Amino acid sequence: MAGIKIENLCKIYPGGVQAVTDINLDIADGEFIVLVGPSGCGKSTLLRMVAGLETITSGTLKIGDKVVNDLEPADRDIAMVFQNYALYPHMTVYNNLAYGLKNRGFAKADIDTRVRQAAKMLEIEQFLDRKPRALSGGQRQRVAMGRALVREPAAFLLDEPLSNLDAKLRVQMRVEIKHLQRRLATTSLYVTHDQLEAMTLGDRLVVLNGGRIEQVGSPMDVYRRPETLFVASFIGSPAMNMASIDLLRDRGQVEALDRFGKGTGLLGMRPDDMHLMRPDAPHISLSGRLELFEPAGAESHLYLSVEGAAEPYVMRVNGQPGLQEGQSIDFYVPTGSLHPFDPTTGKRTD
Amino acid sequence: MVESRRWGSLFSHLILILGVAIVVFPIYVAIIASTHPPGTFLRGVMPLLPGPNAIENYRTALTEGRSQAGAPPISLMLTNSLIMALAITIGKLSISILSAFAIVYFRFPFRIFFFWIIFLTLMLPVEVRIVPTFQVVADLGMLNSFAGLSIPLIASATATFLFRQFFMTIPEEMMEAARVDGAGPMKFFKDILLPLSVTNIAALFVIMFIYGWNQYLWPLLITTDPDYYTIVMGIQRMVTGGDSEPLWHLVMATVVLAALPPVLVILFMQRLFVKGLTETEK
Repeated sequence: MAGIKIENLCKIYPGGVQAVTDINLDIADGEFIVLVGPSGCGKSTLLRMVAGLETITSGTLKIGDKVVNDLEPADRDIAMVFQNYALYPHMTVYNNLAYGLKNRGFAKADIDTRVRQAAKMLEIEQFLDRKPRALSGGQRQRVAMGRALVREPAAFLLDEPLSNLDAKLRVQMRVEIKHLQRRLATTSLYVTHDQLEAMTLGDRLVVLNGGRIEQVGSPMDVYRRPETLFVASFIGSPAMNMASIDLLRDRGQVEALDRFGKGTGLLGMRPDDMHLMRPDAPHISLSGRLELFEPAGAESHLYLSVEGAAEPYVMRVNGQPGLQEGQSIDFYVPTGSLHPFDPTTGKRTD
Repeated sequence: MVESRRWGSLFSHLILILGVAIVVFPIYVAIIASTHPPGTFLRGVMPLLPGPNAIENYRTALTEGRSQAGAPPISLMLTNSLIMALAITIGKLSISILSAFAIVYFRFPFRIFFFWIIFLTLMLPVEVRIVPTFQVVADLGMLNSFAGLSIPLIASATATFLFRQFFMTIPEEMMEAARVDGAGPMKFFKDILLPLSVTNIAALFVIMFIYGWNQYLWPLLITTDPDYYTIVMGIQRMVTGGDSEPLWHLVMATVVLAALPPVLVILFMQRLFVKGLTETEK
């Protein structure tokens, strides 16, 4: 059990590619941190640097109180779950779990207790004598988790562990991982490109883009108050709509927009902050043509083309309102839920 | 339709049977010839039915061979061949699997260069480099020794290349998982790579054993002491040795005995052999 402290961490590949730039992150003991970002944002590289599978170009990495920059993965007291599980195909599940303990010179009896305990926790006891080949995807995933569990490490590192599972199993395993982490209270670092996974799992999110940290915070904080344009468009589904402030001014909304400071060029509107009913709070009103009506069960998505806007705005409404494609619709957004951004710096302005 | 199909199948079977007959006939003749007394061959007609002397011929071949002409008994040559073939096979396998391991899993300077150097030697068969190789072996005083028989044939680009290709198909995460699990490079090699390569090793073992067993030119060049004669070159010595007519019945018995070990190796390792060539456990 230990926290992880990352200071000014950089990774430059021999070819000169800067994969990770100046990362500072303080992870408390027992915290569940999710690294999220689009592919190529450096999240996996960062995780692999913590694991010791990639060298650190500059900066310091501490696990507990120990600087581990130059330690082998095995000496860092971490366990890793790989995207493709990387189970040893010729070993039984039991031996897969026991291998790391054997290498560390644990006593046979101790290994046996730990393996059986982990197997019980993950409900894979009946598969202990099978080879990975004879297991389903979900079962393999559990074995991969088990291999990390038995070690009782200072930290779990998970590299997109659910991306090889089908949608239903993914949700189920997501819940289980969350439970497991709560129960064991082991510091965990979890990499994913799936923002839904990120929102539901993490105590804190670290949103990465282009090798840099865009924002760190609790999932709801990040969702409610994205600090940059990138975070605003990346977190949330459907994505946040971006409207130019001049366009809104042209639509006669000048007074309502007065509160936004200088430099504000874009206003973000979450699809769920747009309403068909005029709200009591201060608001702006717009109208657009309904291009596409997309029912998604309990909710529906409306694609509205507003004159002057390059892309249609997406709006989320409950149920299935009786609307016709092609009809003109008035909608309202409370000014309090607009997210102002400076398009040149990409930063939030309020 | 049915009619023509039956003729077609009859025709193709005929072709196949003919093909088998052409391949099998010489072997059949050799086996038959090895069961006849020496006098049969002087008449100049090849017998096609078994003769009465089978046991006697094989016993003579195994224990005496053509000792009057200075050729050792077959049993000694068989042993020599076995030692040479096993030394070549095991040497080739261990060296090539280790070099493939180095090339795939370690980042050392000139890695690609070394790989291509190894690959280049694929294009040079033993016969091309036989004169310099002979000089080197002679200078090292390895003529008439098992070391001289096997060491020059041990380096194998083919096996290195095959192992390299196989190792490349093993996901890199496997090595990383082993690193996180506390296994160093050699432990990873022993615990993970070797068990995964078993079928490949078996397939290569068969191929390499037959290659080693069938070496002819090289043993012929570097052995002058009959104690180191191998069976495949020994056959030739038996035919040409001495002034008298070749003892065909003994030569044929020797030929049959010489063909036996490779056949046995294939029979016993066939299951693994086929598996190694067609599928990989991943």
